[in-house]
Amino acid sequence: MGTTFGLGELGFLIQGLKWTVLLAAIAFVGGGIGGLGVALARTSTSRALRRITGGYIAVFQGTPLLMQLFVIYYGLGLIGLTLPAWVAVAIAFTLHASAFLGEIWRGSIEALPKGQFEAAKALGLHYVPRMRDVILPQALRIALPATIGFLVQLIKGTSLAAIVGFIELARAGQIVSNQTYEPLLVFSVVGAIYFALCWPLSLYGMRVESRIARAAAR
Amino acid sequence: MPSTAAAASPSGDDPLIVMEDVNKWYGAYHALRDVNLSVRRGEKIVLCGPSGSGKSTLIRCVNHLETIKTGRIIVDGVRLDDSTRSVDAVRSEVGMVFQNFNLFPHMTVLQNCTLAPMRVRGVTAAAAEATAKRYLERVRIAEHAHKYPAQLSGGQQQRVAIARALCMEPKVMLFDEPTSALDPEMVKEVLDTMVGLARDGMTMVCVTHEMGFARQVADRVIFMAEGQILEEAEPESFFRAPKHPRARSFLGEILAHH
Ligand SMILES: Nc1ncnc2c1ncn2[C@@H]1O[C@H](COP(=O)(O)OP(=O)(O)O)[C@@H](O)[C@H]1O
Ligand SMILES: [Mg+2]
Repeated sequence: MGTTFGLGELGFLIQGLKWTVLLAAIAFVGGGIGGLGVALARTSTSRALRRITGGYIAVFQGTPLLMQLFVIYYGLGLIGLTLPAWVAVAIAFTLHASAFLGEIWRGSIEALPKGQFEAAKALGLHYVPRMRDVILPQALRIALPATIGFLVQLIKGTSLAAIVGFIELARAGQIVSNQTYEPLLVFSVVGAIYFALCWPLSLYGMRVESRIARAAAR
Repeated sequence: MPSTAAAASPSGDDPLIVMEDVNKWYGAYHALRDVNLSVRRGEKIVLCGPSGSGKSTLIRCVNHLETIKTGRIIVDGVRLDDSTRSVDAVRSEVGMVFQNFNLFPHMTVLQNCTLAPMRVRGVTAAAAEATAKRYLERVRIAEHAHKYPAQLSGGQQQRVAIARALCMEPKVMLFDEPTSALDPEMVKEVLDTMVGLARDGMTMVCVTHEMGFARQVADRVIFMAEGQILEEAEPESFFRAPKHPRARSFLGEILAHH
């Protein structure tokens, strides 16, 4: 073996990047839907719903993502579900993201002034329009910086999918590094790609945060 | 609407709001004690009393923002019984104005006013806007229809809140200290709006310590302390010669502060 780092190797990294982005996107969309459900359940009047989702959040916040990946990847196999690796990984990330986003959004729903809920009720608005038109637009706006922060964590967290044999960006880097014996160069490139993906998001999150702070100070 | 059959008394002098032996607890705290109150159609009531006496609690029970432990509340012939059906029926006939306005900050003035008619009454956007513009004219704030609440003064926001409630064309309006959060120079514009509403025949229950307003529009002043109604009287006799000693000391304090 022993190739040099060239276009072919870069192409291999880009293949890995595709999976990283795809996995993060699936987790974010799935987690967005799941997280909304979790946040609504956590703030509902049903004690049972609050308890169940509370337990779910506790488990996923209290264990390492790596372990969640293992358990879901091999667990699904054990119960006889033979899914493609990427589906199993996507399910694990979606469950993980649902718990974290659900908890972020629960916090922002509960942070809204009680008067907003009361005014909506007094006007006769039912639960669905009350949440959809009055509460959630405000709550998600407050939660935007934390949501973006979690998305950045999620993108970096997809590297853990390598542990179950998934070739995303970090794993692709490892393979190329083993072939070229140029770990420093290869991982610099890999790091630069992660940075190019995450930094603009972080920057945007900070912008939104200061805009919200300015609006609140008015 | 289930209310129409029960409320179809042709004489029109059946009460709009009835509270019978209402008791409410917050945990172990007895917040309303055997409250009995009847509000006639078109009647204007001013509710006063020291802070913590249960005035907010009382009016919040009327539209089921608070639930009661015992007793009965009947609004426009509908018995409030914790069922979604009765709560919906009552809320669609009862408007409420809060001390802190509680406008929706992410919506324009116009959107604040059209949301409930569209979502609750199912009217079209065009019809809701026409109604909203009419009521925004009436509270003299139509030129700000496309602004956001944060761009308005407190007095303007409170007038928008009144218009927003009126857009549902309620049969009664509840006011919970609508001028208490306002800078003094803005109190008058809100009170003037309320006086106008009273002149037009709206049934009103107002928690307020604005004694001038009470004198001008109230048919009845109700004095509460410690969750009980201690005195009910016409404003003139209440202010001239309150009977209950607690009402006397309360009025003394109010006058000392003004
Ligand atoms: N949500 C609540 N939980 C517990 N106690 C409350 C709650 N709301 C009001 N109270 C208490 O009930 C009493 C009456 O309150 P309220 O109706 O707001 O009085 P008022 O409007 O006359 O100032 C007060 O002692 C208050 O502390
Ligand atoms: Mg009060």
